[in-house]
Amino acid sequence: MSNRIINWFRFGSPQAFYPLAGKMVPWFFALAVAFGVAGLWLGFFVAPTDATQGEGYRIIFVHVPASWMSMFLYVVMAFWAGLGLALNTRLSSMMASAIAPTGALFAFLSLWTGALWGKPMWGTWWVWDARLTSELILLFLYLGFIALQAAIDEPRRADKAGAILALVGVINVPIIYFSVKWWNTLHQGASISMTKAPSMAITMLWGMLVMALSFWMYSIAVALVRARAIILERERHTDWVKHAVE
Amino acid sequence: MQWNSVGEFFAMGGYAFYVWGSFGVTAVALAIEPLLLRKRQRDVIDSLRRERKADERQGTGA
Repeated sequence: MSNRIINWFRFGSPQAFYPLAGKMVPWFFALAVAFGVAGLWLGFFVAPTDATQGEGYRIIFVHVPASWMSMFLYVVMAFWAGLGLALNTRLSSMMASAIAPTGALFAFLSLWTGALWGKPMWGTWWVWDARLTSELILLFLYLGFIALQAAIDEPRRADKAGAILALVGVINVPIIYFSVKWWNTLHQGASISMTKAPSMAITMLWGMLVMALSFWMYSIAVALVRARAIILERERHTDWVKHAVE
Repeated sequence: MQWNSVGEFFAMGGYAFYVWGSFGVTAVALAIEPLLLRKRQRDVIDSLRRERKADERQGTGA
């Protein structure tokens, strides 16, 4: 039992992670840019004009990937927070804190681009419909997680309180995803279904997927950079940090 | 490709405000976040360096 935990600490220790993350960051940023360029090219120059929504539909190339990332990052954040709570591992909790602001950013972008879609297509910036409201709650969960952690001075207690909030909030993610099925809503159904053939041109689908990959790589890069800053802030009194900044 | 001119591309079939409003804000957000993080990282490293220097001065008894 104690052996397993010691091994875990060796591979998941902030000290070992810090230089490794530093080496990985430029690669993930490079991948994000490469996929971003490819995705924008597909979205603006390859994908055809939509029959009913004209050129305005091109908002989906940023709206759908941002919405996916906002939900996916929440699950990843809750996973790390839960792992930190269960195993008492510092680095897992730091990863959760590192992901939260980026998740909040994507939730905001999802709502922002959604409003810019809603105005021309539905005639309104906002409606209190199930999909939109549950995505707004996701943004508030991210902000609540960040605020709760910021309000507690002792980092390990902040980790634990945040983890509980993150884990309880996970229930919201399937609610967002299935909201368009469970309730009558203005929002259209899922763009991509596992069970049905895609209802859109294949090039539109590729544009969305490649943009989602770009946002994914971006999120990893940014979360690693933030995790490194958090490590230095929290471990500033350890010898290795003092030597790392020589 | 469906664009006959640069102007047509930027007009986005009349949806320019909505399309560029979406892509523009997203691009700005994804550009600013890494810059803010770089500043955060530099601030920590700077304060760690200052702390180290202060420690060294104390160590030599100056």
